Amino acid sequence: MSRSTRRGAFAAATVALALTAAACSSSDGGSSSDPSTSSSASGSSAFQPQHKGGTLKLVAHAAAGSFDPQVNYTLQYWQLYQSMYDGLLSFKKVGGQSSFTVVPDLAAAMPKVTNGGKTYTFTLRKGITFSNGKALTTDDVVASFQRIFKVSSPTAGTFYNGIVGATACLKTPASCTLKGGVTGDATANTVTINLTAPDSEFPYKLAVPHASIVPKDSPTKDAGTKPLPTTGPYMAASYDPNRALKLVRNPHFKEWSREAEPQGYPDQIDYTFGQTVESEVTAVENGQADWMFDPPPADRLNEIGTKYTSQAHVNPLTAFWYATLNVNSAPFNNKLARQAINWAVDRSAVVRLYGGPNLASPACTILPPGFPGHVDSCDYTKGGGTTWTAADLAKAKALVKQSGTAGQEVGIVVQDDDVNKSIGQYLQSLLTQLGYKATLKPLSANIQFTYIQNTKNKVQLALTSWYQDYPAASDFLNVLLSCAAFHPGSDSSINISGFCDKGIDAKMQTALKTAQTDPTAANKQWGAIDQEFMEQSPLVPLINPKIIDFTSKRLGNYQFSKQFYMLVGQLWVK
Amino acid sequence: MSTVAPELATAEARRSPGPWRTAGADLLRNRSALAAAVVLFLVVLATLCAPLYAAHIAHTDPFQSHVSGTTVVDGKTVPVLTPSSTGLGLGVTPIGPTWDPAHYFLGADNQGRDVMARLLYGGRTSLFIGFTAALLTCALGTVVGVVAGYAGGVVDAVISRVLDVIWAFPVYLLAICLSVVLLTDGLHLGPLTVEAGSLWLPVAIIAAIYVPYIARPLRGQVLVLRNKEYIQAAVGSGAPTARILRREVLPNVLPTAIVFVPLMTALAMLTESALSFLSVGVQPPDASWGTIIEDGLGLLYTRPAVTIAPGLLIALTTAALNVLGDGVRDALDPGARLRGGV
Repeated sequence: MSRSTRRGAFAAATVALALTAAACSSSDGGSSSDPSTSSSASGSSAFQPQHKGGTLKLVAHAAAGSFDPQVNYTLQYWQLYQSMYDGLLSFKKVGGQSSFTVVPDLAAAMPKVTNGGKTYTFTLRKGITFSNGKALTTDDVVASFQRIFKVSSPTAGTFYNGIVGATACLKTPASCTLKGGVTGDATANTVTINLTAPDSEFPYKLAVPHASIVPKDSPTKDAGTKPLPTTGPYMAASYDPNRALKLVRNPHFKEWSREAEPQGYPDQIDYTFGQTVESEVTAVENGQADWMFDPPPADRLNEIGTKYTSQAHVNPLTAFWYATLNVNSAPFNNKLARQAINWAVDRSAVVRLYGGPNLASPACTILPPGFPGHVDSCDYTKGGGTTWTAADLAKAKALVKQSGTAGQEVGIVVQDDDVNKSIGQYLQSLLTQLGYKATLKPLSANIQFTYIQNTKNKVQLALTSWYQDYPAASDFLNVLLSCAAFHPGSDSSINISGFCDKGIDAKMQTALKTAQTDPTAANKQWGAIDQEFMEQSPLVPLINPKIIDFTSKRLGNYQFSKQFYMLVGQLWVK
Repeated sequence: MSTVAPELATAEARRSPGPWRTAGADLLRNRSALAAAVVLFLVVLATLCAPLYAAHIAHTDPFQSHVSGTTVVDGKTVPVLTPSSTGLGLGVTPIGPTWDPAHYFLGADNQGRDVMARLLYGGRTSLFIGFTAALLTCALGTVVGVVAGYAGGVVDAVISRVLDVIWAFPVYLLAICLSVVLLTDGLHLGPLTVEAGSLWLPVAIIAAIYVPYIARPLRGQVLVLRNKEYIQAAVGSGAPTARILRREVLPNVLPTAIVFVPLMTALAMLTESALSFLSVGVQPPDASWGTIIEDGLGLLYTRPAVTIAPGLLIALTTAALNVLGDGVRDALDPGARLRGGV
């Protein structure tokens, strides 16, 4: 996932991934996977009725826009959707590495994969009812997949474009039928999804909120502030983005799979918007709120880390902050100039600016540590080695001189919040030291991400970040640096550097194919591709961040899912 | 005909020191104004010495990040930015005031830069923008006010409506809007080009938004003046308009415009600080007192000196400018003191 909230991530459990991928991937014989295989990594703890009840109070500076699960693309609400909406498959609702495991949710079992990995057949569970009292049917499933295109879901063209009929749906969303792509058989209670080509990551794509199943009569436009009926333990009673969101128990919910959709503990979840981050901290300290969404401000970190140690939960994220270098315009159309920046950046300085070594670690590669395909290597550290130790400013200056780019102007575009701006100021200072004429352009977070993607804005260097959507190396490398991800003149050109190397692109396609049959071998290929990218230096990895969840004293049963973070519905307030 | 009268007149002229000299003497007798002038002088002198302080005392570049830098406190080498080592070890704290002029006298900001050195450089910027913008405002306002008041008719109507439109906007809102637009691409007015990061940009914006504050009272003054007998006589005798404006009108409105200079300087400084605090004024790595306050905002709980020091200097300088402005007004227009205004 792109940022949007600076919280999100997970470190992929290679073992869990392998198990899951193996379970989901097909063989020509069409073997059906056993649900127990994919869910065996870590069992969910039993429900403890003595902790049931109470009101959980959450606070955030701002709401995250539309509450439509097929439209919203923020971790702020994806975190909540885990206790509200369900897909055919789901990431396991547990803490730790097992949270990367995909398990059957509305489907009774993992899909039967046939036709060389191109056909997925699901059998629906029986007896599941939406919060509006209507029973879940195969028609709802088919309509929900059509709705992904009808509402122009942000990932319709990237996650679900491989479904047969998706091309037509992307062209004319209003008349989307996904003919031949998604079909339901009410009698057999099955749903079949046909793909145009095998996709080893398809189970992950079915487990994210954009593939949530909603009633077939849901509006075919963004539901906005009118929440749709849910299948999970909670439903939205009211939502006002300027004030609050109120979740209450879904009266029709009956737990069908503790690992896919466990029943929640609090009776009610109140999410209040509009406070400043400073007052959020104070509210949690005083017990007026149970959890704050926003990262605590820099000047309160020490206080939280010393006085409220038992209430602060720090978890690493599979994400990275990086500086994009525009490879299509001067000075960074020169590889030596790009490599110079990679040599010059003092990652430990960026770690300090982010909040210190316990909140971030220096990054050397595009794939975060612990992520599938990650290889410990560091091309740009003084003295060499597999981890970053120090910058080499002398080498960087020599490369700048050799490139003949010294004295050129470089504009740095950053978001205008404290952390981004301070890292931007550091980069500006560094570029000035290297001999460039650097200027800093802080932009509102609302527009910066789209601004830096559009080549018309001629952005030379931008500070941004990437948080995984699901645990696969392609979600970083293929998404961020493939030729297909570069769309000149568009606000949706996630390949911000504009890097396109046909040779590396071909290798990524090979790795994607390999992943269908041999995830381990594919991950080795991704690791090598990561190093090839770093040699070309289209970007500068800066840090791998961590997240702090600051909770109230009364809060219990904190669990951190590496996929969707703190499990809100599993928290105790009693 | 008596021959005594010319002699008396000559003697009278010899005794009278003239209006400017009288005003100067009055100003020197005003202790409050004198004290304010001394404070201002010291502030200006200190800020002018910024390069000397940075290069020869603090030995630092206040525009360069020193995030991983070290300094010496009590003979020990310590990091400028120290990661927390207690509890969960969250957060990083810049070094606080050491009260040692050679080593982070007022501590460091979140980039590890010497706050004292930045404060002095920031003062140069704030004072430069404040004073230059005030001069520009007063010059423009005087020209506009005099032309509108003296020409009357359509010219006056057009100029007055334009001033009304500017006046109708809340001044900070207008300044922020202009800054946001101009900060992207700079200012391009015919042959005049001001780059986006230039200090002249906030100068131009602040000067423009305050023009009505000068032009309107001066226009009113000129409206009264142009009906005075000596102006009418000059017009009747066929004197050219330019000469009348230069010799008869301007000398009468100039004291008012001069009274405005220190007051507008204070106002312009406050506006610049507000804009810079909101990130739409002075752009990094340049420093002004407003940007330093903004830098210190994230350190309010741990290093309040970063915010308090420039805040105090802004308060001190604007207070001094206001007191001095009052003194100048009293000196140039003693009647205004009785009327309670300019």
